[in-house]
Amino acid sequence: METLELTQEEQFQARIDADMRIEPKDWMPDAYRKTLIRQISQHAHSELVGMLPEGNWITRAPSLKRKSILLAKVQDEAGHGLYLYSAAETLGTSRDQMLADLHSGKAKYSSIFNYPTLSWADMGCVGWLVDGAAILNQVPLCRTSYGPYARAMVRVCKEESFHQRQGFEIMQTLCEGSPEQKAMAQEGLNRWWWPTLMMFGPKDSESPNTAQSMNWRIKRFTNDELRQKFVDMMVPQAEFLGLTVPDPNLKWNEAKQGYDFGDVDWEEFWNVVKGNGMCNKERLQARVQAHEEGAWVREAALAHAEKRQQREAAKAAAA
Amino acid sequence: MMTDPTMPSQAAAASSPETPTQLFHYVLQLADTSLILAHRLSEWCGHGPILEQDLAMANIALDLLGEARSYYQYAAELEGKGRTEDDLAYLRSAVEYRNPLLVEQPNGDFASTILRQFIYDAFHYHLLLQLKSGPDAQLAAIAEKSVKEAAYHIKWSSEWVIRLGDGTEESRRRVEKAIENLWRYAGELTTPSATEKALQAAGFLPDYVAIQQQIDAHVVRVFEEATLPVPQGVFMQKGGKDGRHSEHLGYLLAELQYLQRTYPGLQW
Repeated sequence: METLELTQEEQFQARIDADMRIEPKDWMPDAYRKTLIRQISQHAHSELVGMLPEGNWITRAPSLKRKSILLAKVQDEAGHGLYLYSAAETLGTSRDQMLADLHSGKAKYSSIFNYPTLSWADMGCVGWLVDGAAILNQVPLCRTSYGPYARAMVRVCKEESFHQRQGFEIMQTLCEGSPEQKAMAQEGLNRWWWPTLMMFGPKDSESPNTAQSMNWRIKRFTNDELRQKFVDMMVPQAEFLGLTVPDPNLKWNEAKQGYDFGDVDWEEFWNVVKGNGMCNKERLQARVQAHEEGAWVREAALAHAEKRQQREAAKAAAA
Repeated sequence: MMTDPTMPSQAAAASSPETPTQLFHYVLQLADTSLILAHRLSEWCGHGPILEQDLAMANIALDLLGEARSYYQYAAELEGKGRTEDDLAYLRSAVEYRNPLLVEQPNGDFASTILRQFIYDAFHYHLLLQLKSGPDAQLAAIAEKSVKEAAYHIKWSSEWVIRLGDGTEESRRRVEKAIENLWRYAGELTTPSATEKALQAAGFLPDYVAIQQQIDAHVVRVFEEATLPVPQGVFMQKGGKDGRHSEHLGYLLAELQYLQRTYPGLQW
């Protein structure tokens, strides 16, 4: 039956198509809400788990300046986690629920953090490559359709570009240093290059959620588009550093004005997603342990706040 | 602001020929203390009991690290031998480190970390209040900047002592255990070393008796609100300020200094 009235869903889609923001109190399809909760909480969890591989080097940073920058960077990630958990909470979930899902293994986080950080060059690679890939994924999210997420991402992206620069600077210092330092940088690039390409997710042909997310403007570019953009951006930077990208099939393609590059090892990708990466177990255990060992602290803070409230109420009653 | 080590201050009336060296050692002691505590706090990063407190501990660690760098840079100037902040932090062995024993103690549980921080903050804050109007201009400038941060630190750790003391049975048990383990390191902070005594005599450092009184008053106030008994008659350990440390410092430095020691003389 035809009607001139637009359905709620049609009105919603019309707002999205007009590039208007959806706000917490607006009506939204259940699937949109669920997709966003999944994506934002996954993003928040990635910030939280992402503190661990870099945290691994704070106590071993090679100078006071580097130590200070690295600590500030990891602290920023905790801050990003906070904004993102808050953004997800506007959709009707709670931080406790999201953390429970992370700890049970139900919720995912970025697989990249399941790779170990083995040398100081890894602090360079994480900043330069991993944060570089994250920025490509995240900059379009500053215009994502859901308001609180878009606003959180504006703050996150500002800090991420600083992170990427400091990562590149670590690499540059190593590449201009001793032969051992240069070798450290190359070895880091060899390990991080392919996992970073995996950060853009499965091939478009195997990414079932992409079309719907693009339609809802939660996502603005496809996985393969972003992966291509990343390679095109990073290869000249690696050349500038005097490093070799570990891909024998990497070749400039004049016609497409971009690089052709080899295929990601998708078997490895799916294995790490399924929990078989080098550090999946350790990362999750570290988070679970911090949460469990912190339980008495959270209980004490709550108990004290209640006692204080009761005392104040009693005081007010007596007055 | 280069300081001529032979002329440390115009205001110091009673300075002696040894004063510049003593001042160098004292500034180094301040630097080591801030660095070691910052290092311990940074070990929590990513493992805190609540995300907000993870952030708070990283914040305090960053403040202390910044303060340590100011002191190391000043110490390097005072020494005048071309050493850098990193040479001083990364290329001195445990026996050369001058931090008091308290700050090198391992984190333990959150209650231990809080109590260690509380004992240190009570001293640090009240010391900086004095140093900021002291006769050495550079030290006064560093103290002036740092005291604002230390005011936040003492507020944070005091509030947590209160929460834990007057929280649940478990939090109280844990904070009592932390007091039992850590109070014995409080005394060293205000027991002047030979260097500190000489600088006090030269008018560079305040007398610690007054600072001790301010610390005591703060402790009594906080412990009362936390419903915790103030420790009495505890035997106080000392030695850190003279380079005699606990076993913990060697491991901490092995980790902290690893890259500089493995690849000497490189830029990072």
